[in-house]
Amino acid sequence: MNGQGDNDVERLQAIQFSILDLNLYLDTHPADKKAMMDFDALMKQFEMEKRNFESKYGPLANYGYSPSQYPWQWINAPWPWEMR
Amino acid sequence: MWIYQKTLQYPVKVDTINPQLAQMMLEQFGGPDGELSAGIRYLTQRYYMPLNEAKAVLTDIGTEELAHWEIIGTIAWKLVKNAPMEKIRGTAFEGHFANCGRNPFPHNAAGVPWTAGYIAVKSDPVADLHEDMAAEEKARATYEHLIQLSEDRGVNDTLSFLREREIVHFQRFGETLDKVQEYMSRKKYY
Ligand SMILES: [Fe+2]
Repeated sequence: MNGQGDNDVERLQAIQFSILDLNLYLDTHPADKKAMMDFDALMKQFEMEKRNFESKYGPLANYGYSPSQYPWQWINAPWPWEMR
Repeated sequence: MWIYQKTLQYPVKVDTINPQLAQMMLEQFGGPDGELSAGIRYLTQRYYMPLNEAKAVLTDIGTEELAHWEIIGTIAWKLVKNAPMEKIRGTAFEGHFANCGRNPFPHNAAGVPWTAGYIAVKSDPVADLHEDMAAEEKARATYEHLIQLSEDRGVNDTLSFLREREIVHFQRFGETLDKVQEYMSRKKYY
């Protein structure tokens, strides 16, 4: 992936990072209502970004968490260690 | 159960070809305070944990550490994948190359292979969470050493991200320890 692809990956990485970090926070602050609301909003945004990303670049996750067009797209490059 | 996502957690933009630096990166790929040790340590300590918060924190931080292990492997790989032999000969990476070629392997910067002796389980949440907090601080200090060794701006950007994550993990483990200690004192007196 290069050019536009880079930006798309980085947008996805950024939103997923916000979700991950908030997830860790909620593990030790499970009754923080404001954080839960932020989590819900981020998840909705992530679902949209994920669908958009997958329609452009193919499956993001394995084991049925992402759909694939025919033929099986999961095997396609680039793998994470191959991206610029 | 784990699901794999086909992206890194954070971008890895390596600016140089540098086998010597790749060898130093392997400190965090297979060293005592590296990402593999961290991931296996936390995921292994979960079973006996008395509090759900602690089980969640160990699961989620342990999983993030495996994503960091992949980031370190990617840095090491990108620093050597296009390296010609004359850039490998005479560097600290030479011994690694003799055995493994260019692919990373979990050993430390000096070539000592990873061992489960780097981690511990005591089935005592106060002891284990203290170990985890110390591990986070040691990982942070290691990243500071690596940032001093590296003159590659792209590598240093990623290393700074990983260093900051250790600080957040230390904070979360500290909060978990407070909860565990409160739980244990409640158990004692009621
Ligand atoms: Fe960590």
